[in-house]
Amino acid sequence: MYSKLMFHLAALLLAVLALPAAAALNVFATVPEWAALAKEIGGERVQVFSATNALQDPHRIEAKPSLIARARASQLVVATGADLEIGWLPVVLRESGNAAIQPGQPAYFEAASAVRLIEVPVRLDRADGDVHPGGNPHIQTDPRNVLKVAEALAGRMSRVDPAGAGAYSANLARFSERWKVAMVRWEQAAAPLRGVPVWVQHRSFAYLADWLGIKELGALEPKPGVEPGSAHLAGLLERQKATPARMILRAAYSRPTASDWLGDRAGIPVVVLPFTVGGSPTAADLVSLFDDTVQRLLGGLR
Amino acid sequence: MSYLRPGALCVALAAAFPAVATAASDADLKQLRQQLKELRDSYQQRIEALERRLAETEQRAAGAATAAAAAGSTASTAVQSVAKVEARAAEAQATADRVARRPASESAFNPSVSLIIDSKFTRFQRDPSAYRIDGFIPSGGEVGPPRKGFSLGESELAFSANVDHLFRANARFALAEDDGEGVVEVEEVNVETLGLTSGLKVKAGRFLSGVGYLNQQHPHEWDFADAPLAYKAFFGYRLQNDGVQLRWVAPTDLFLELGTEVASGQKFPGAERNRNGAGLWTAFAHLGGDIGTSSAWQVGLSHVRTNPRERGFEDGADATGTALAHSFSGRSQTWIADFVYKWAPNGNSSVTNLKVQGEYFQRRETGDLNYDVGGLAEATSAARFRQSGSYLQAVYQFMPHWRVGVRGDWLRSGTADLGSLDPAGLPLLAAYNPSRQSAMVDWSPSEFSRLRLQLARDKSRNGESDNQVWLQYIMSLGAHGAHKF
Repeated sequence: MYSKLMFHLAALLLAVLALPAAAALNVFATVPEWAALAKEIGGERVQVFSATNALQDPHRIEAKPSLIARARASQLVVATGADLEIGWLPVVLRESGNAAIQPGQPAYFEAASAVRLIEVPVRLDRADGDVHPGGNPHIQTDPRNVLKVAEALAGRMSRVDPAGAGAYSANLARFSERWKVAMVRWEQAAAPLRGVPVWVQHRSFAYLADWLGIKELGALEPKPGVEPGSAHLAGLLERQKATPARMILRAAYSRPTASDWLGDRAGIPVVVLPFTVGGSPTAADLVSLFDDTVQRLLGGLR
Repeated sequence: MSYLRPGALCVALAAAFPAVATAASDADLKQLRQQLKELRDSYQQRIEALERRLAETEQRAAGAATAAAAAGSTASTAVQSVAKVEARAAEAQATADRVARRPASESAFNPSVSLIIDSKFTRFQRDPSAYRIDGFIPSGGEVGPPRKGFSLGESELAFSANVDHLFRANARFALAEDDGEGVVEVEEVNVETLGLTSGLKVKAGRFLSGVGYLNQQHPHEWDFADAPLAYKAFFGYRLQNDGVQLRWVAPTDLFLELGTEVASGQKFPGAERNRNGAGLWTAFAHLGGDIGTSSAWQVGLSHVRTNPRERGFEDGADATGTALAHSFSGRSQTWIADFVYKWAPNGNSSVTNLKVQGEYFQRRETGDLNYDVGGLAEATSAARFRQSGSYLQAVYQFMPHWRVGVRGDWLRSGTADLGSLDPAGLPLLAAYNPSRQSAMVDWSPSEFSRLRLQLARDKSRNGESDNQVWLQYIMSLGAHGAHKF
């Protein structure tokens, strides 16, 4: 029985090794937005895998075997950083046995390193909930950040794959031209949103609010990652009477219960934002993600 | 001849200088004026030369100015890139500020420390100190339930950090109290490689073996308050190795991991030994993947082989009440088949999720049983055991932070061929199939705390069913590393 098993294992091993080596640069992106960005910059030269989808809570991902297998074969890891992936990525990278993609190596890229983080906590205490010591990690909700990350990512891709440097910088130039035009369009369209007061489910949209001048009155979560209780929601309803918000924002992946409750009582719309690529049927890529986000926000004003 | 004293020398020098000054004659003065004039002339020439060169340079500068005007558009681009560079510099400054705020002391390199506090309140029908699993040779591990009532379980203190660019080290100690005395147990102290390529990893030191599924999980990660019966009976609740582990992950989309370990084998199912070389070998393979976006699975097959010599155990007592010490020497082989299946809608496990896992153990042992019949008499006979066990559990999170779970445990003492020995003398090894059913509900307000209620009916002891109630809390302090799948 033992020798038979060994024979089967050896056969499997041979089959595995006989697989054709992929010519493209294998990119392992932790979240859909960086997968989309890596595709924009990498174009034909890259094969991009997104470890998560838009309907998954990025704070609660497990180190699944499939992720370890993908990390093993990847040549570049594109993560958000700022401790967003702290619950799973370190295990995936360590278990993968792939020395090239470990933190500190050129093939490990953190998007948060290219932008300035906001909401950096002044005190670190787990009594304050699921706090990120480096600052708010949901940087992709501001297109200005996306552009900065794109520039840094193109540089990193050129470093990891020098043969494609020309293609990456050309793709970056094309992307950033298109992006700047789109940004003007979004900013013009979103002008009525300036100064509009809103509630948010989780502090997922701090960068979006910063970009469009939306006024966040507060979060439904009493503390990051903590589900709001009924007493807390009742308190928010009281505050809503004193300082009325126009809408409640929540990400596509988050639970509707609390926001629907408050929206019903306060008579204000709950706007479900895609949050990342794939978060709504129309948010198929980065441009349509922001098209859809702005449209949905404007829809909330009506 | 005597040397000059410094005081005398000073006096002599002071006297000499005025004499030199008055000695300067008119002829000398004339010579000085001549020299000054020459100097002035020479400077005049040099200034003229400089003025000529300046005029030339001014002409060239005019030419350069026209060139600069022509390059006006280039300059504006340059200004733009300067602005860009400035923006980047501002960012770099911001980053530098952030970095500067970090403590620059040696403590910045301290390993991450985590402390796990695990405490229980239990109610048992039977005496936990007399716990045994009938039909099986005792494993000698900490398999019994904790004491009745309040008990402070083990607190785990763990350290881990990258040592350098090649190694990472982990250390985990269990702090407990045994009969009023503090006990520190070394659960894990190992070093693993960081820099090997091609999916290879080597770990050395004391580590939890990679066999099976639950074996590598620490007690605070378990979904129930205690280990499955199969782990208790076959490994003394988990297989802990002192040795070396080699693992390889295949470069495929389907997760395939192969591993092997050589270890000292000093603990059950091995036995204390005083010999060179290794005493226990393992080999394992894990295969895993996804089914759509909602499901993930992993299956595994593992083998453990060891050759214990004089592995002792006690059963029964002689006329004076002294426990009879028996021992087994021979070959022990264990096979484990494991699976785990996890489901969450769209892979989003934060609201609802399901986890089903099960493992099947089979052990064959052949060798000699040394049987103590009391007094100085001993008997030895060839013996052969073929035993198996399994557990199956399902845990369902029905709303955020709340989970319920059920678990079934089954062991089969199987065939015990004691050769020429009289089985009646070894009541512990009489055929019996222990079983246990457990149910639990737990509440985890965050990833760092968990409160659990567990009910169980434990039939490990032949003819003695033990109804158990467990209340448990598990708290994680400090750095809390990511859990494995």
